[in-house]
Amino acid sequence: MARVKISGLHKHFGAVPAVRGVDLDIADGEFTVLVGPSGCGKSTLLRTIAGLEEVSEGTIEIGGDVVNDMRPRDRDIAMVFQDYALYPHMTVERNIGFGLKARKLPPPEVAKRVKRAAEMLGITAFLPRYPRQLSGGQRQRVAIGRAIVRNPRLFLFDEPLSNLDAQLRDGMRAEIKRLHQEIGTTMIYVTHDQIEAMTLADRIVLMRDGVVEQQGAPLELFERPATRFVAGFLGSPQMSFLPGRLLNGAGELRLTLGDGSLVLPLPQAKKLGGAADGQNVLLGLRPEHMTRAHGEPGQGVVRYDATIELVQPTGSRSYATFRLAGQPVIAELQAHDVGRPGEKLAIDINLQRASIFDAGTERTL
Amino acid sequence: MGGATKRWRVRSEAGRMLFIGIYLLFVLIPLYWMFITSIKPSDDYLAVPPVWFPSQPTLVHYNAALFAYRGLTGLMNSIVVSLSATALSAFFGTLMAYSFARFNTGGRHLSFWVLSQRFLPPIAVVLPIFLIYRTFGLHDTRFGLIIAYTVFTLPVSVWMMFAYFRQMPKSMEDAALVDGCTRWQAFWQVAVPLAAPGIVAAAVFAFIACWTEFFFALILTSRYAFTLPTVFRAFLGFQGAQYGEASALAIASLVPSIALGVLAQRHLVRGLTLGAVRG
Repeated sequence: MARVKISGLHKHFGAVPAVRGVDLDIADGEFTVLVGPSGCGKSTLLRTIAGLEEVSEGTIEIGGDVVNDMRPRDRDIAMVFQDYALYPHMTVERNIGFGLKARKLPPPEVAKRVKRAAEMLGITAFLPRYPRQLSGGQRQRVAIGRAIVRNPRLFLFDEPLSNLDAQLRDGMRAEIKRLHQEIGTTMIYVTHDQIEAMTLADRIVLMRDGVVEQQGAPLELFERPATRFVAGFLGSPQMSFLPGRLLNGAGELRLTLGDGSLVLPLPQAKKLGGAADGQNVLLGLRPEHMTRAHGEPGQGVVRYDATIELVQPTGSRSYATFRLAGQPVIAELQAHDVGRPGEKLAIDINLQRASIFDAGTERTL
Repeated sequence: MGGATKRWRVRSEAGRMLFIGIYLLFVLIPLYWMFITSIKPSDDYLAVPPVWFPSQPTLVHYNAALFAYRGLTGLMNSIVVSLSATALSAFFGTLMAYSFARFNTGGRHLSFWVLSQRFLPPIAVVLPIFLIYRTFGLHDTRFGLIIAYTVFTLPVSVWMMFAYFRQMPKSMEDAALVDGCTRWQAFWQVAVPLAAPGIVAAAVFAFIACWTEFFFALILTSRYAFTLPTVFRAFLGFQGAQYGEASALAIASLVPSIALGVLAQRHLVRGLTLGAVRG
């Protein structure tokens, strides 16, 4: 169990920067997910924590010790790799016990702990087999077994589920979450999958171009994104972005979209710090900010008569695309609320929940 | 339709067998002829019509080749020198290749410099080496020959294994490092076993190069450390060609090669099936 503190971390490969000044403070027992598009530096950051890459600048502390110059083996961490990285020339049993043997634990103790880890993951039957005789999901279980058997103070996961098919991925994701609940050790998990990030994390650290774009609880990032990038990265289907202009007059805040033909009154509760009259902005609408109109529209809700262009049913819900001031917008509706393309439908848009970004800086107002 | 397919299959199978049969004859007849010559009395060598099986087989050529011509000494020298040089070449080659592949030691130039050692024709260096060896007392010693062969096989060993290590995923060694290994342990316990097929392949090449080497053996040895290929030289003397002795020694020299081939093949196949752990 350990707190992880990263201060002013830089890592560059030759002249190419991969991580550019990251500060993180991860509490003991926290499940932190580093997420971002490929090339954002999340894997590099994880590998510097593991000690597999040297730090160019800054410090990494694990459990109060600065580990910058410590070898990976002395950091008391375990890591699960994207390609599982099982030793193909060893049986599952030896794979799991390898780290304990390398640390010179007595063989009976190794056997006991391997057995316990295998039971925990339901892989006892595979112990005498070789990795090549296992399926992808079973291999990933062995890789996790190899990590938990050592009882380290910190777990690192480097995109552990990305080689699995969708169905297995859902199952393993739940198991990793359960594992964290059971053993309560600090975990840092790298993924490019926003669903994994949302479902697993106590805290999401969203990275872009080697810096932290925003960090916080999953719902906080989802509902109050700091930038357009964060808003666009989290959520599926993506948030729709509509260019518009703020009108700040007569004590009332309004938003004109497109060529100015559509004017939306913004709710009072929407505090827009430093918003100037005539400022160019982006209105961000998530699919779930819209519903089919029922009864009277509530506070901060705008009713719009939409013509549905495209319907994508998912079973329980349907994604309906329509145009708002010339821009395509996706709304998530009840499956039976929408029929076929071309249908006219009154849509309620909840502007209380919508995000508004400065069109220039793309930061939330 | 089904009948036609079946007929076609039978025909293609027959064609395959025919091809394999012809190829087998092509390979086996010279071997058979060599073996037969080694047990023929001298009069039957070039008899017309050819003698396909001698009526009175004899081991006299083996006796002469192995003892009178000291073929056995040459064979032992060849085995000791080739195996030692192969082992050294594989050992240092593995270390060097790993260092190039994982740490980019010496940048792009050092690894190329290693390979460039082979650009020089051997004849250009044999005279200085001969003089150096004579000065240091390495001339006509197995040790001297082992050093020379190690140096000459090293560039190819390094490059074969360099290519092998480069395509090997790093993550297993990373896992070993995190698991609790030192770099050295991760190298021996994870990287080397995984690279075994590459190491064996490079070693087989090195062994073949040493086993068949003639030129350096001829110049750098004389009465004690001479190797098998140089013994054959004696069979083409002023008395004419000693076909029986030459064949006998050739047969004897096949034994270690075949043993090594079987061993290496088993290891190569085992190594290949160990691969493919991804996905």
